[in-house]
Amino acid sequence: MRKAKLNVYRGDKNGGEFKQYEVPVEEGMVVLDAIHYIQAHDAPDLAVRWNCKAAKCGSCSAEVNGMPSLMCKTRMDRFGDDEEIKVQPLKTFPIIKDLVTDVSWNYEVNKKIKGFSPAPDEKEWVIHQEDIDRVQEFRKCIECFLCQDVCHVLRDHDRKDAFMGPRFLVRTAGLDMHPKDTANRMKYLKDEGHIGMCNITKCCTEVCPEDIHITDNAIIPLKERVVDEFYDPIGKFIKKVLGSNK
Amino acid sequence: MANYEVHEHDVIVVGAGGAGLRAAIEVSAQGLSVGLVCKSLLGKAHTVMAEGGVAAALANVDPLDGWETHFQDTMNGGKLLNNWRMAQLHAQEAPDRVRELERWGAVFDRTKEGQILQRAFGGHKWKRLCHVGDRTGLEMIRTLQDQGVHQGITVYMECTISKLLKDGDKISGAFGYFREDGRYVLFKAKAIVLATGGVGKIYSVTSNSWEYTSDGQGLAYDAGADLIDMEFVQFHPTGMIWPPGVRGLLVTEGVRGEGGILRNSKGERFMWKYLPESTKNGFAADETEAKEWVEAAIAGKRTEARRPPELSTRDNVARAIYIENKEGRGSPHGGVFLDISYQDPERVKKKLPSMYHQFKELADVDITAGPMEVGPTCHYIMGGIRVDADTAHTRVPGLFAAGECAGGMHGANRLGGNSLSDLIVFGKRAGAGACDYAKGLGGGQPTINEKDIETAIEELEAPFNREGKNPYDVAKKMNDIMDAHVGIFREEKEMEEGIAKLHELKNDIAAVAIKGSKAFNPGWHLCRDLKNMMIAAEAIARSAHARQESRGAHSRLDFTETDKGKWNEVNSSCSKEGDGMKLEHTPLPVMPADLKKLFEEKKKESPNA
Repeated sequence: MRKAKLNVYRGDKNGGEFKQYEVPVEEGMVVLDAIHYIQAHDAPDLAVRWNCKAAKCGSCSAEVNGMPSLMCKTRMDRFGDDEEIKVQPLKTFPIIKDLVTDVSWNYEVNKKIKGFSPAPDEKEWVIHQEDIDRVQEFRKCIECFLCQDVCHVLRDHDRKDAFMGPRFLVRTAGLDMHPKDTANRMKYLKDEGHIGMCNITKCCTEVCPEDIHITDNAIIPLKERVVDEFYDPIGKFIKKVLGSNK
Repeated sequence: MANYEVHEHDVIVVGAGGAGLRAAIEVSAQGLSVGLVCKSLLGKAHTVMAEGGVAAALANVDPLDGWETHFQDTMNGGKLLNNWRMAQLHAQEAPDRVRELERWGAVFDRTKEGQILQRAFGGHKWKRLCHVGDRTGLEMIRTLQDQGVHQGITVYMECTISKLLKDGDKISGAFGYFREDGRYVLFKAKAIVLATGGVGKIYSVTSNSWEYTSDGQGLAYDAGADLIDMEFVQFHPTGMIWPPGVRGLLVTEGVRGEGGILRNSKGERFMWKYLPESTKNGFAADETEAKEWVEAAIAGKRTEARRPPELSTRDNVARAIYIENKEGRGSPHGGVFLDISYQDPERVKKKLPSMYHQFKELADVDITAGPMEVGPTCHYIMGGIRVDADTAHTRVPGLFAAGECAGGMHGANRLGGNSLSDLIVFGKRAGAGACDYAKGLGGGQPTINEKDIETAIEELEAPFNREGKNPYDVAKKMNDIMDAHVGIFREEKEMEEGIAKLHELKNDIAAVAIKGSKAFNPGWHLCRDLKNMMIAAEAIARSAHARQESRGAHSRLDFTETDKGKWNEVNSSCSKEGDGMKLEHTPLPVMPADLKKLFEEKKKESPNA
């Protein structure tokens, strides 16, 4: 059986190094299988997060040969027979141990977004499919945080203090475009989430394992709404005259 | 004396899947303080894997549906071993719980009229499963997660509970560790809700994640609760079987609900052969009628045509696939073929998007162009912690359980879609039950016994302080024993051998050892998990060995008939006695006459069930 060489980052906040492990390659094997093999045979204390192993939970995010990926979806036969495979933790978040990073910042950002806010209404809701197709696209998000990892505002400039990141722009878009939602999150997007910091490089869209069109379908329409609300004097005048609920 | 941090709440909920989240939301809504403890990050629990839908008799697509029919289907599916009261509450309350999810932001697929769309599933007489493509569980968990977050629930993520603490016979708290750094934590609480899910990791081929190690069942058993009906383990008929890396991954029953056809290697549509006489009338008589049903379903039209035979219950389909293979008509890798490729590719991608991607990316199979290869995978345990139907209270004062870790609701076999509805119906009830109990206790927290904490810490640290077995090897051994001796088909002698081997394996579990630090050390975590896994394994093996009949998911080669006598009237019950496990058979709760009558009348009225 062919053996693959995996260079896996072992370490914590005090530093670490890549260690090489040899793993026999079975047909259809993914990188997460290789990591499990290492755990069971060579390093029981190798830290990794995973749950579903079917690209549905978004737990096993890591950087494989530099590419932010779900390990459960990254097949070993993608790599050449002699190619060494480098597996390391997400760069954007502080390391806890080995492949596990501290992603708690994301949960804190989520708390600040105003939740779903429908008008009180006793009747059964009538909602047509065509009005929620887009919202359902956003709700496919499995919170793997690969988009957050690759976003250069967070990754290279480390502006977690200011920018909410693509994941939470997608979440806001899902709320904002829900036909029954009544809240206005534009001021939050502009002043606290700092949507303006995104300069649409689309790296987030490229790594999304759920193929959500993050930039085109979520971020750009939200940017337009923020512009409409705060930077469009004619629109503002018309709204003042005619009134607006959102 | 080791250090540990202390948190105090009225109620602690262990597990943050659908049931745990729903319970925590209820406690918080009633104004009590709640702590939600979960083994993974929030939003990653196994509920996220649920695909096909949540069963609720909304009657949006089939107007004749109602709670009585849902109740009847559930009881029939469970071969009447269900706790009737749980099945009744579940059928009655599921619609409200689903509408509530919608109000909290869940975005279900819609009918043409703009109502929540419902699809067909095995064992459900009417189209009853509210769904979002094939990612219903994700929609549900994200909705509950956000509802909980905005209600201000305190969440303790990546935290494992290793011991429940009691003050006399009453619950007083829980002890455990944080995965991140291995630091210990004591939760003081008046009541605890267990919502920890299932036990799938005791088998080698399973759709379950690393978390499914019988935690709640083990903790409750150790605290004095009993585990009922543990012999009933559901093998989902359609798991992926090839390539090896994906073996066991779930292929949603939604594929069959949308018209997927099962064939053997000879191209025969074999399910007709396996329909039990008692339910045959509910299914299409031939290919033409089945086709008519599928076409009507696709067009969103009503039809007189009956369901295709692939929509038989899961136990039945799993057995059929097993027998087809045993008799030499299996697919190349030991399964059968499931085909939806005769339908419009765009429709398949829209209705089953994650299946399309799963096969395309992991198996190089385009399900819109050809069949999938599928076979049974361990998926769910019907048995679990015995609870009171109305309050979810176990027999231990202050200890509650809901979701998969609780037993009774599904009897001998669970219908697809009834699990997600179970989570929200009994999650809410468990939360309410815990609140009532906690309020009844009055002001002060029950006392924590320091000695118990010392013992808990000693148990956790022991694997660092010895040379011994690799926990992964021991887990593998357990898998091998369960696969070989207590799998889909069971037989007296096989099980006796299995039970003996499990007894030997206990020595290995007592001798597991681990190196490294306590910081995020999965091998160390497994050392503790193995103890809970062993409790489930032994309970399953012994309950299965004792039940000398076949019923639902429990199939005996030496007792192939469903008993009309003794076994029709008892639940198995496993509880702790000294260092050993006591197995008893307790009388099945008897349905009241009015409900029984309704049940029998319904049966006469509708031979289709």
